[in-house]
Amino acid sequence: MLDISEIRQIEFDVLVIGAGGAGLCSAIAAAKESEKVGLICKSLLGKAHTVMAEGGMAAALGNVDNRDHWKIHFRDTMRGGKMLNVWRMAELHARHAADRVRELEQWGAVFDRTKEGLINQRNFGGHRYPRLAHVGDRTGLEMIRTLQDYGIHKGIDIHMECTALDILKDESGKIAGVVCMYRDTGEFIIFKTKSLILATGGGGKAWEITSNSWEYTGDGYAMAYEAGAELMDLEFNQFHPTGMVWPPSVRGILVTEGVRGEGGILKNSEGKRFMFDYIPEKFKNETADTEEEAARWLAGDKDARRPPELLTRDVVARAINAEVKAGRGSKHGGAYLDIATRRSAEDIKKKLPSMYHQFKVLAELDITKEPMEVGPTCHYFMGGIRVEADTTMSTVEGLFACGECAAGMHGANRLGGNSLSDLLVFGNLAGTGASNYAKQLGAVPKFNKEDAKKIIRNATSILNREEGENPYLLHEDLQKNMQNNVGIIRTDTELQKGIQNIENLKEKNKNVKANGSSQFNPGWHEALAMRNLLITAEAVARAAHMREESRGAHTRDDFTTESEEWYQYNIITKKGEDGNMQVIKEKRKEPNAELFRIANAKLEDLEAEVAAERKP
Amino acid sequence: MGNRKFKIYRGDNTKGELVDYNCDVTEGMVVLDVMHRIQADDANDLACRWNCKAGKCGSCSVEINGRPKLACMTRMNEYGDDETITITPLKAFPIIKDTVTDVSWNYKQNLKIKPFSPAQNKNNTEKGLVMQQVDVERTQHFRKCIECYLCQNVCHVIRDQEAKEKFVGPRFMIRLASLEMHPMDDADRIPAIKEDHGSGMCNITRCCTEVCPEDIQITDDGIIPLKERVVDRYYDPFMILFRKIFKK
Ligand SMILES: Cc1cc2nc3c(=O)[nH]c(=O)nc-3n(C[C@H](O)[C@H](O)[C@H](O)COP(=O)(O)OP(=O)(O)OC[C@H]3O[C@@H](n4cnc5c(N)ncnc54)[C@H](O)[C@@H]3O)c2cc1C
Ligand code: SF4
Ligand code: SF4
Ligand code: FES
Repeated sequence: MLDISEIRQIEFDVLVIGAGGAGLCSAIAAAKESEKVGLICKSLLGKAHTVMAEGGMAAALGNVDNRDHWKIHFRDTMRGGKMLNVWRMAELHARHAADRVRELEQWGAVFDRTKEGLINQRNFGGHRYPRLAHVGDRTGLEMIRTLQDYGIHKGIDIHMECTALDILKDESGKIAGVVCMYRDTGEFIIFKTKSLILATGGGGKAWEITSNSWEYTGDGYAMAYEAGAELMDLEFNQFHPTGMVWPPSVRGILVTEGVRGEGGILKNSEGKRFMFDYIPEKFKNETADTEEEAARWLAGDKDARRPPELLTRDVVARAINAEVKAGRGSKHGGAYLDIATRRSAEDIKKKLPSMYHQFKVLAELDITKEPMEVGPTCHYFMGGIRVEADTTMSTVEGLFACGECAAGMHGANRLGGNSLSDLLVFGNLAGTGASNYAKQLGAVPKFNKEDAKKIIRNATSILNREEGENPYLLHEDLQKNMQNNVGIIRTDTELQKGIQNIENLKEKNKNVKANGSSQFNPGWHEALAMRNLLITAEAVARAAHMREESRGAHTRDDFTTESEEWYQYNIITKKGEDGNMQVIKEKRKEPNAELFRIANAKLEDLEAEVAAERKP
Repeated sequence: MGNRKFKIYRGDNTKGELVDYNCDVTEGMVVLDVMHRIQADDANDLACRWNCKAGKCGSCSVEINGRPKLACMTRMNEYGDDETITITPLKAFPIIKDTVTDVSWNYKQNLKIKPFSPAQNKNNTEKGLVMQQVDVERTQHFRKCIECYLCQNVCHVIRDQEAKEKFVGPRFMIRLASLEMHPMDDADRIPAIKEDHGSGMCNITRCCTEVCPEDIQITDDGIIPLKERVVDRYYDPFMILFRKIFKK
């Protein structure tokens, strides 16, 4: 018989799961207010997804173009998100991003500089002004290393290569802890905690072609779901327009939007710069309609409008998709991304060093001489755990979420660079929110022992089973299913098929088997992740099936336009009483009038408004 | 490219052996792809680390035919068509299982280093720090480090159990260099670099620089200037004081 008292236990005020930008920021903020703060992560410290971010973090610092202002950043974000963002979250983000970026500099980040010696900013899709603070094309590395080097001195108890399996609650439904497993030994451990912050990132590993690593199996979504929390907006999965397409083994690896920010253009097999044909009505006024104007913009003419390659990601991804479908794709089924004829070799190596290196080694291609081949790759989850904007608390008492695993900030489509700044802003808020909650709670709530036993038994049964399904092959099946049936362009029939396949895989997964022992056993880890992937995939597919419109990253071939009706709703998924997934169409709150006005203002009017505000 | 032969270390710190595997290799595959294929088909429990698959995270460090490398950036066509490829864990650290080693020692070294301490002067403004691009380039060069620990792995000082206690190793020497050369850093680490971090232990063999996948000039741009500063300090303390006071 399993005796819980034999399992090691540690107690915290605030425990953070995930050590990417969001997790580190929230742990640092929590450590300011709480005594016992813990941080756990599946990989080694410093290896989370955040390390891979390339292009930059968006904040209205106004260092390159002093016309920038939080209101314009807010407007860009809402328009990029097709107005489905949680208004207050987009506001908090736009208001606080600049301070947070400057704080990061005080903690040791060394951004590229402007001529005046300030933090330099680059152009990115959907951002009106050069807004992304960056370090070449390795901004994420700079961010995570800075937070890591700063955070390790703040008395945070860090447990690396430790996987959280499931959340524990007390009798009244409050957060009480989490059951985890050390990957190297397979030892279980129970972390008891007053409040718990999920910062576990996304779930892109459910797709075949993705920029995401093995860690992105939707653990946070699934754990929150099992704990009774609501998930929101999961139908919005961002397909980044430019992933590598060749050779096959690197398919999906990201090519930063920074390439287009630095002037790169997209061409089809006929050599045509096709993005001019795909400018949506709403963005016509703000986008160049000739190559001549786009060139002027690149040269720094402030009156010229931005080139269409810098339209939002959903638009560019669909355009590439359409070109390939029409038979005008590149040699290996993508589009050509050309920076070679646009910038000097020296500039390219300086501004995009890791892209240069990546293509040189992985594709044996010199991007200073030849165009790259690129195509859409599953990249980011706009949806996630539903949280309250100012505190980041979920619908479960004591459970908080921030970063990619939280919903709301990005609406139906995220602008590039808005994630890294999201991590800083909401990581910080989560740390404070969770600390405040922990403080008003007396003792650590007592977790339900039977639940803990069940979690451990479920995990070990995967190893103990005589025979069963190979987790790697189940995962591959799921990836194919999501790629084919719940991809960029969706239809009713395919989605239904997708859901059915997920149901079948769920059945098979009940009998998943890992060979070998519990010590550093990737097969077992993969099997444990399957449950999370399946919950995530099911929520995505069901929400996508329900939303009968095309908005942002969610494109339905059978409902091709945005609908006024759907604009008023979010889709919530949660675990029902009967154990089945509930999918709920829920009316959104009325927006704050002032925020509504800013988001819908004409650009020129807003620019005039903020210019007047700035005048002393 | 066809079916190829591999030998992979299976086992832990106490016992283990090279096990033979075969794998079909197709165009563009890297060694990490092979490890994944073998994992999926033949050896579900084969332990390996990875994250980014693009040379950005420094997780996948192993030795391939005896050379320390990132598995995700090592293409199969670097090797002859009938060459057997041997994959073993890093030598400088205890093996956890198969190709995965216990690198926690490195994290302990980092803890010893006094973190960035921003100067409070006229260049620390409301708009952020004022620093020119040319003045931050050195620091940025060192900050490219992805903590793959390949340099630590080849450093003979670190391979020596006793000496290891006295030297933080090349990775952390360049972390120190990045802080010391930061135009807005105010802390004094020179005594610690000599006493606690063991700058004197390095005898400039440059093995670390040779294996760095980020092409960081660890020895020439990092360690040697630090050694010079240490020497400077203990020869001419006035010069140092002067420099610190008038640091912009
Ligand atoms: C290639 C690439 C380039 C990008 N470029 C940009 C860019 O230029 N600008 C931008 O703004 N955004 C960019 N993004 C997006 C951005 O990097 C991510 O959205 C962001 O880093 C997510 O941060 P996070 O802190 O939420 O999670 P992550 O950094 O992914 O961290 C998640 C953490 O949770 C841990 N974890 C997960 N599950 C568990 C579990 N069960 N138990 C314990 N720990 C767990 C992981 O170990 C990890 O530490 C990019 C993304 C990719 C993939
Ligand atoms: S140069 Fe110094 S740090 Fe580098 S490997 Fe040689 S002894 Fe070690
Ligand atoms: S300095 Fe180079 S070799 Fe050493 S850890 Fe950093 S990236 Fe790796
Ligand atoms: S997997 Fe990230 S460097 Fe190899």
